[in-house]
Amino acid sequence: MKKLIQKLTETFSPSGYETAICEVIRKEIKPLAGEIRVDALGNLIAHKVSKSKSGLKIMLAGHMDEIGLMATHIDENGFIRFTGLGGIRPAALTGGRVRFMDGTPGVINSDRLTDLTKTPTLEQCFIDVGASSRKDCPVKVGDVCAFERPFLDLGNRMIAKSMDDRIGCAVMIETLRNLKTSPHELFFVFTTQEEVGLRGATTSAFGVDPDLGLSVDVTGTGDTPKGSKMEVALGKGPAVKVKDGGMLADPRIVNWMIRTAEKAKIPYQREVLEGGTTDARAIQVARAGVPAGCLSVPTRYVHSPSEMVDTRDVQNSVKLLVALLSAPVDL
Amino acid sequence: MPTIGNAQLKLLEKLCNACAVSGDEGEVRKIVLEELKGHAEDVRVDALGNVLVTRAGSGKKRLKVMLSAHMDEVGFMLVTDDGEGLFRFETVGGIDIRQLPGKAVLIGKDHLPGVIGARPIHLTTIEERKQKIPLDALRIDIGPGGGKVKPGDRATFATRFQRNGPVLIAKAFDNRLGVVTLLELVKNAPANIDLLAAFTVQEEIGMRGAKVAAYTFNPDLAIVVDATPANDLPGWDDEENDSFNTKLGLGPAIYIADGNTLSDPRLVRHLSETAQAEGIPVQFRQPGGGGTDAGAIHKARSGVPSVSVSVPHRYSHTAASIARLDDWKNTLTLLHAALRRLTPELLASERG
Repeated sequence: MKKLIQKLTETFSPSGYETAICEVIRKEIKPLAGEIRVDALGNLIAHKVSKSKSGLKIMLAGHMDEIGLMATHIDENGFIRFTGLGGIRPAALTGGRVRFMDGTPGVINSDRLTDLTKTPTLEQCFIDVGASSRKDCPVKVGDVCAFERPFLDLGNRMIAKSMDDRIGCAVMIETLRNLKTSPHELFFVFTTQEEVGLRGATTSAFGVDPDLGLSVDVTGTGDTPKGSKMEVALGKGPAVKVKDGGMLADPRIVNWMIRTAEKAKIPYQREVLEGGTTDARAIQVARAGVPAGCLSVPTRYVHSPSEMVDTRDVQNSVKLLVALLSAPVDL
Repeated sequence: MPTIGNAQLKLLEKLCNACAVSGDEGEVRKIVLEELKGHAEDVRVDALGNVLVTRAGSGKKRLKVMLSAHMDEVGFMLVTDDGEGLFRFETVGGIDIRQLPGKAVLIGKDHLPGVIGARPIHLTTIEERKQKIPLDALRIDIGPGGGKVKPGDRATFATRFQRNGPVLIAKAFDNRLGVVTLLELVKNAPANIDLLAAFTVQEEIGMRGAKVAAYTFNPDLAIVVDATPANDLPGWDDEENDSFNTKLGLGPAIYIADGNTLSDPRLVRHLSETAQAEGIPVQFRQPGGGGTDAGAIHKARSGVPSVSVSVPHRYSHTAASIARLDDWKNTLTLLHAALRRLTPELLASERG
């Protein structure tokens, strides 16, 4: 599975430009799913039909996109000003490297700061691709790039850019691989444009029209020095979302997830995330409303170029998702 | 081929001088319905007040193409009658309060004249002149006995349309330039597509009309026609202006990304290729904040590949904006050419 995670996290696909990651995932799931299609907004939808009549139509959503940067202006000396795609934190930018979709690499730095105790604003940052004038700069206005950082395997821990949410994609792919039978009609949806406002999930949820929705995404942790007050920690198992900044998970789904984890003896943690949200929010309010929840992979340093997950949490997330989908659901 | 002559300029003048603050678009809607007579078989007004027009094409395998332009403009709503013709008011849509004192306005369906009063300089102190005047302290003054005006009435800037050669000056270029352009496209609809035109309401307060219009039309793709700020004046300190958004005179502004929409890359490509093939100048709006009806349309139902094209104009959302005749002409030419060149293969191609 680590090979898969490396492949997924080392692919460049910021919001709106998911073609590359879509192709990688399509290749992985081709032998595993029935019908596979891409919808109008680029969501990759794998459909697994069920022969059982007692099952539900379940939508799983993991987003393919990652946060990125988009060029807004090339100045006369070839420096690139940019805007963020998704929640970019300026503190995580300076000195970092990026790669544009055509392969052009660059480094981020900023205007000289008069007060070194302050972080630069996004407007003060620029990308240097080694150009010396607007003319010889290979980047045009509107071109997008993503962080460049190699995947690191630390044994029980893994570090990479875009764990958010390639780790969710990896969990979904492995679930497809390990799921022997299911009474349900399953839609594995690898969504687009989550980081800019759950846009792909909004339209794919309308299209799929599920009975039940689950997103598979990352969540923050409270286990770092002077970190946020949050119960979730690395290594204590997948997190069952109770609430986040945009959604109250359906209590029946929370109970179903916890019951299933306990029965299968899979460690789990209850998650209350104060800010941020996931695709499940969009699924929940699609059409006439859908019972929705989220399986979260605890992740440190979310939205930085080095996001860290626990290998056992990832494996247990797959186990939990397989267990959830293998049996009938009685909400 | 649609062109811009005296008739179109007259129509733009009429549209800019009309008052249609969000939620009260009747005056512009009336002009739109009048203009559409004899040009489309199916014209209707939906529950929210959008004008929805269908012009079916005649070829085989036609794309259903939604074009959208919002009829509403930013303005004011009177909220409290303080007596003696003085009214407390709220802004409708994005308006910078600093620009309001001393502006003439028109109120209600009868265009009753009023002013947002400003205290004369003789009676202010140096300290007062350094401060921004809060909205609470401003009133719309129609004068004692100034006529029938009541809380709930809308008001907008009283600026009248003017043309000086290539220069156009008016209020509400955002988005009467889009409305007039879309009217010409409906009148000259190419036959290779089914053209679904939406003249929408309530864009300035959250794309509310476009949301329901897109649900009704359920199109294959959408192009939004709007007007966007040009902040292209040179920097006072001679530093390079790197946040101009768009520039006057460089042609229609194609959107790659704004605050609400990441344009479909295939449509951006289609517009750029059309411009290149037809020799039409275009510019890319600097990616960043802001938004158009596309923000609602692309998320309708199962999703709609969308892009926006705007006419650049200086001093948007203020009492007086400046636009360039050629930018408008080139916007119309670009959109018409892009529609003519549309085929279903475009959406079958890689997103890129």
